[in-house]
Amino acid sequence: MELWYTEEHTPNVRFSIKVDKMLFTEQTEFQQIDVFESEEFGRFLTLDGLMMLTEKDEFIYHEMMVHVPMASNPKIRKVLVIGGGDGGTVRELTRYDDIECIDLVEIDERVVTVCREYLPQVAGKFGDPRVHMYFEDGLRYIRTRENEYDLIIVDSTDPFGPGEGLFTKEFYGNCYKALKEDGILVNQHESPYYEKDAEAMKRAHTRIVEFFPVCEVYQAHIPTYPSGHWLFGFASKKIDPVKDLDAAAWNALGIATRYYNTRLHTGAFALPNYVLDILEMK
Amino acid sequence: MNAFSSGQGALSQESAPIYEALQQYKSMRVVPFDVPGHKQGRGNPELTEFLGKACLSVDVNSMKPLDNLSHPVSVIRDAEILAAQAFGAAHAFFIVNGTTAAVQAMILSVCHPGDEIILPRNVHKSAIAALVLCGAVPVYVNPGVDTELGIPLGMAIADVEKAILAHPEAKAVMVNNPTYYGVCSNLRAIVDLAHSHGMKVLVDEAHGTHFYFNEHLPVSAMAAGADLASVSMHKTGGSLTQSSFLLAGPGEREGYLLQILNLTQTTSASYLLMSSLDLSRRNLALHGEEIFGNVIRLAQYARDEINGIGGYYAFSKERVNGDTIFDFDTTKLSVFTRSIGLAGIEVYDLLRDEYGIQVEFGDLGNFLAVISVGDREREIERLVSALAEIKRRYSKDPAGLFDHEYIHPQVCMTPQKAFYANKEPSRLTESAGRICTDSIMCYPPGIPIIAPGELVTQEIIDYIIYAKAKGCFLTGTEDPNAEIIGVVKE
Repeated sequence: MELWYTEEHTPNVRFSIKVDKMLFTEQTEFQQIDVFESEEFGRFLTLDGLMMLTEKDEFIYHEMMVHVPMASNPKIRKVLVIGGGDGGTVRELTRYDDIECIDLVEIDERVVTVCREYLPQVAGKFGDPRVHMYFEDGLRYIRTRENEYDLIIVDSTDPFGPGEGLFTKEFYGNCYKALKEDGILVNQHESPYYEKDAEAMKRAHTRIVEFFPVCEVYQAHIPTYPSGHWLFGFASKKIDPVKDLDAAAWNALGIATRYYNTRLHTGAFALPNYVLDILEMK
Repeated sequence: MNAFSSGQGALSQESAPIYEALQQYKSMRVVPFDVPGHKQGRGNPELTEFLGKACLSVDVNSMKPLDNLSHPVSVIRDAEILAAQAFGAAHAFFIVNGTTAAVQAMILSVCHPGDEIILPRNVHKSAIAALVLCGAVPVYVNPGVDTELGIPLGMAIADVEKAILAHPEAKAVMVNNPTYYGVCSNLRAIVDLAHSHGMKVLVDEAHGTHFYFNEHLPVSAMAAGADLASVSMHKTGGSLTQSSFLLAGPGEREGYLLQILNLTQTTSASYLLMSSLDLSRRNLALHGEEIFGNVIRLAQYARDEINGIGGYYAFSKERVNGDTIFDFDTTKLSVFTRSIGLAGIEVYDLLRDEYGIQVEFGDLGNFLAVISVGDREREIERLVSALAEIKRRYSKDPAGLFDHEYIHPQVCMTPQKAFYANKEPSRLTESAGRICTDSIMCYPPGIPIIAPGELVTQEIIDYIIYAKAKGCFLTGTEDPNAEIIGVVKE
């Protein structure tokens, strides 16, 4: 007997991974959490059947989520992560000694508990004393914050489930308010390739542009996400991710990475023409 | 024996007779040579694709196994008996022409031409339309007004009594339970007062379905001893739009009410609507206490969060004054916006246009969000966050905003006489002093600013112009822009 995990990337395209065994499954108040073991990608986590991360390629996503903003502004001290219950983003943040405070707001506490047990490689840094966890709706948390954070990272699911509120105008507006005057907002920005993902991406971009003077988009190659071509949003009140990059300063930190480097940092902002067209950035 | 027939064994709230009959009908794979012509969807593939095959397959016509709404004897009758039990009524009628049909049936069943009926002026337009249809004479009780919020309230008992004593021949007293904003009059006292003067009590419960299913909510019409009530099951009870119940107390003649309903109700009643009523009734009868307990909790959470933003005022039971606000429906999320310098209608428009959030209505000082059986925390978070953003981005100095919602009418002739009078078009701005022949209202909420037979005053003209400028959708005139109104020819 063969066991396969299959995600429909579109109604006409499927992505499958052969599964050795299922390690965990639970329907929580918010979503279905599953953890599988596989030969090709190691352990992987899905929420509502959608791929969140695999042990093999999660470093790409988490490094790009964190090091791009951190290298753009070395003065970042206080960070808010919204979503990110798997702990990968927090793990990368804890590698910076200068960061003083990491607040994590995750709607579903079960995701954190399950990842700590089954994905310690990813969720191993929740115990860092700088990390503070809040289990509530990110939209609610951000509402009452003002001029508080240097960096907000929105590490959310797709906008078609419990994460929908994190792709709305009211959310981005509240993020703007919660950021300091040189604050940066980074968000997972969906894929430009398949139509439904591209629409979500375009909608999110349009909403962010309304609030932030600097609005850039960068990309990475993530093998297990739909189309493999994934985007991230970089919005800020004044910092430009390419012009303000201080490569020497970041390299002096000596943080060892497997995907990110400062040359790639600049290159990641060079987008293909069809993406520029969708974003109307040409 | 009819395989579909009812009466086999005792009815219980766990059964849903119309739904069950439709399931059985489907399993019989009946070949349709009757209407509707789409023949279970085959004749309209686009519509079937859009609404789904399951939906089209039960869009059927009355037939023996499925009963007939205009003369129910089997499954519809059983479903009505169950609904009556669930609502504590002597009889319940399934309504497929909207609560409008139920409200009109209540009035038509008690008033003959020329009869008087006592009612608050802030009734829904369907009640005014019933007066046009039957020629009854309205005796208006001016509702109380909350001058801070600028909203019309319930009726004061002393005002109802004064109207009853001044018009002892009136046939009935009509009550909103609650108003659109969630305000309840002292219904039990009004019932006692009216009954002691031989008058019936008709209750518009378009916004009060949930009162029947949770003990923490205001008293329902049937529990208060009212004679008839119109309940918009579709508004907060979960059934499909346009489906409602007309409830009757023990003193009513069921057959006569059915005759009245059949004057105007369709003879092709939709089984989609009726099965939705049947299933929603079952759901509420079995789970209503819990469902509305959750709705009350969600609404209170939303109020606390909105009041925490500052500027907005989401009001509730603290407004209760023992008379014109005898009780308050805590599932209603009515929010006063004028103190952030925006009219309710402006916040209503911003929520939709800027944030993709549709609330029920906005008027000059408030907006209303409906919290119901289908709501979850995460949507509440979006609403509250959007309101916080609207305040941050759009708030203004409140000076100069119009501050009241209710203008005392001056009735010159009955609505019917005015509606059918020789009339002529008149520019709104030049109509002061004329008698209006239209019902002019902002829709929603659909409560006429001026009704047929009432005097047009400068105050009313100013109100209409202001409401239009703020973005209210004015309806009721022949002229779609409401610049020309109908007036009685002099």
